[in-house]
Amino acid sequence: MVQVTSPAFKQNAARALADAGLQKALGKAKGAFLQRRAEAVARLPEFEALRDIGRDIKNHTLANLDFYLETYAANVERAGGTVHWCSTADEARAAVLGICQRAGARTVTKGKSMISEEIAVNDHLEKHGIEPVETDLGEYIIQLRREHPSHIIAPAFHLNREDWEADFRRMHTDLDPNRVFNERRDILAEARTKLRSRFLAADVGITGANFLIAETGSSVIVTNEGNGDLTQTLPRVHIALASIEKVVPTLEDATSLLRLLARSATGQDFSVYTTFSTGARRPGDLDGPEEYHVVLIDNGRSNMIGSEFQDMLRCIRCAACMNHCPVYGATGGHAYGWVYPGPMGSVLTPSLVGIDKAALLPNASTFCGKCESVCPVKIPLPNLMRHWREREFERHLTPATVRRNLGLWAWFAKRPQAYRIATRLAVGALKLLGGRKGSFRSLPLAGGWTEGRDLPVPEGGTFMARYAQQQRKR
Amino acid sequence: MSKDAILGAIRRGLKRGPLPADQRAMLDGRLATHPRHLIPARSRVPRPEQIALFIRNVEKEFGTVARVADAAEIPGAIADYLAAQNLAPRFVLAPHPELAALPWADKPLLEFEARRAEATDAVSVQHGYAAIAETGTLMLPSDATRPTTLNLLAETEVVVLRTSRIMGAYEEAWDTLRREGTDATTGGIGTPSTTRNVADGRPFMPRNVMLVTGPSRSADIEQTLELGAHGPRRLHIVLLDDDAADPPAQAPAAAPAQAAPAAATKAPTPKRGKARTGSTAPPEA
Ligand code: SF4
Repeated sequence: MVQVTSPAFKQNAARALADAGLQKALGKAKGAFLQRRAEAVARLPEFEALRDIGRDIKNHTLANLDFYLETYAANVERAGGTVHWCSTADEARAAVLGICQRAGARTVTKGKSMISEEIAVNDHLEKHGIEPVETDLGEYIIQLRREHPSHIIAPAFHLNREDWEADFRRMHTDLDPNRVFNERRDILAEARTKLRSRFLAADVGITGANFLIAETGSSVIVTNEGNGDLTQTLPRVHIALASIEKVVPTLEDATSLLRLLARSATGQDFSVYTTFSTGARRPGDLDGPEEYHVVLIDNGRSNMIGSEFQDMLRCIRCAACMNHCPVYGATGGHAYGWVYPGPMGSVLTPSLVGIDKAALLPNASTFCGKCESVCPVKIPLPNLMRHWREREFERHLTPATVRRNLGLWAWFAKRPQAYRIATRLAVGALKLLGGRKGSFRSLPLAGGWTEGRDLPVPEGGTFMARYAQQQRKR
Repeated sequence: MSKDAILGAIRRGLKRGPLPADQRAMLDGRLATHPRHLIPARSRVPRPEQIALFIRNVEKEFGTVARVADAAEIPGAIADYLAAQNLAPRFVLAPHPELAALPWADKPLLEFEARRAEATDAVSVQHGYAAIAETGTLMLPSDATRPTTLNLLAETEVVVLRTSRIMGAYEEAWDTLRREGTDATTGGIGTPSTTRNVADGRPFMPRNVMLVTGPSRSADIEQTLELGAHGPRRLHIVLLDDDAADPPAQAPAAAPAQAAPAAATKAPTPKRGKARTGSTAPPEA
């Protein structure tokens, strides 16, 4: 699994806030996503009604997930494909490696897939002498930089054009070092040329899947570049990686969700390529893979069924929640410390890697509720984060100082008389200390809080004192 | 086995065992009837407006459209387009009987081979199976007469499409695919296809179905859109008006042209006025 650095969220976030390049990239990119989504939603009056439908389709599927998975797998096999059921990331990695080795693969092209990041299949292939080549433009540069994606649909969200140019110069050493990149288009053209030969040479192509369709045994990928299609069409073997919650019953169900996906993600009415793959090359076909495999991965999801986190399995990975999140907007994706950032990551990561490793994530939220209001399948993200906070507290994972202070607060809160006396004393003390300046630059015991802001000196008395005063005046 | 472990964990979560027979039957019924959900009103308009909506949406997504009134004009329309783009009059052609039947001899400067696409092909001409007005989307299923590589490898893709194949919503295109198999010439139906859909017990889903909306693009560099990522940089549609008042004839039992590769530098050119072949399938065999 990708190393989890979520326990260091605070340090990660502090570093991100101080990173000028990252802040520039975030500032540029954020607004574009919000505006494009808003425009796409405005163009489709039925959008709100479709969100309810999307939620219901996913709920129906999850309530019958065993049935739909079995039906799906049976139909894949009828179409000449093979399904590899994998409980864990280890099993999934082994399955992928096995297929590649049987195919005698030396290089493997890859379409964008978050589950592939989750099971860290690239490292595993490399360790066994097989070279994985990421072909989505964003994933390609991330691989050159040996980083991880910072966003689930825009992996290079954290990079500026200068980074692209510098990395291409550094890595594409066979090209003229004095070439000029006048426009973004020149960067794109260079990547296209570089990757074309890799597409043609690859022995195996690995893609993810946005949906699996039980009715037909199809896997569906959605891209704008066409790299996923080249990946699954040209090599002799196609492997689709998919987690178990990707299945939907019919083409009609997938279609309704597709109406939501691109609009929520990039603000397009529909992505450029939405491709349905069903089995291997048919008699008479002039192209297409000779083998078609689906690696069907659980990796902790089945445990979420029937729990308070089941709703999270409706997620269609559109990224609207992180695009609209003020915390993500300030820190970027890497601070979250694992594969899935933003609000969806704050709920999913503790479910998949354990709350002990990800306890800070459900706290990385302002509870503004924007994520829930844009989620195309209406996942109650703030509520789910609240559930994690409760579990964290129950399991004594909250830091000792927080627990002690909360305990102290609770003692006072349950004793109104004592509470009033204590707050009156505190307000008085702060007033005395703050004097005429009107605010504190720093406070003992609250250095973390005052580092980024000033605390205003309380004006007048406590709320209860002023309330009593008002009452007396009447 | 992991399969049992996964299904077992799901059932434990759902607090039940395997579904009882009556509930399975209900779900099988849902698969067989594949009910439609809400279909946006934008495509529920009269025919001519549907076609106009399709064209508008293609152009919004940076594709281009040229309309012709007669199949005999298609080679000329392709020649004109390539000339206007400063492209050599050379292309790889989908080995589809409807395309083979066009009067190519009228445009002797056009050079083409009917086969799958290779990396060296600059232009491809594909046969359009159907299209969806709702978003200006082409439906391009794979089979022996419509290789998938034609949609991917060339920098310029031209798709020949008939107006009668433009539908309003995706759901209509799916039902057309269910009804027709993939194609009259090879189809899922009547060939030794291995696909069997449990819902209604007959095959229909081709190996690959691409829904294509405009030319390839990427916004990965600073979230700014640039055309021409890995797929075609240009997508041009030659749209043949075949009015509904003149219903298309049944497809001839043409042999699939899978042996084409080396054969055709020039496809045979049986000259006919209006090519009315191909896309309408015979009833299920
Ligand atoms: S949680 Fe909702 S908004 Fe966030 S990625 Fe998933 S589907 Fe999209």
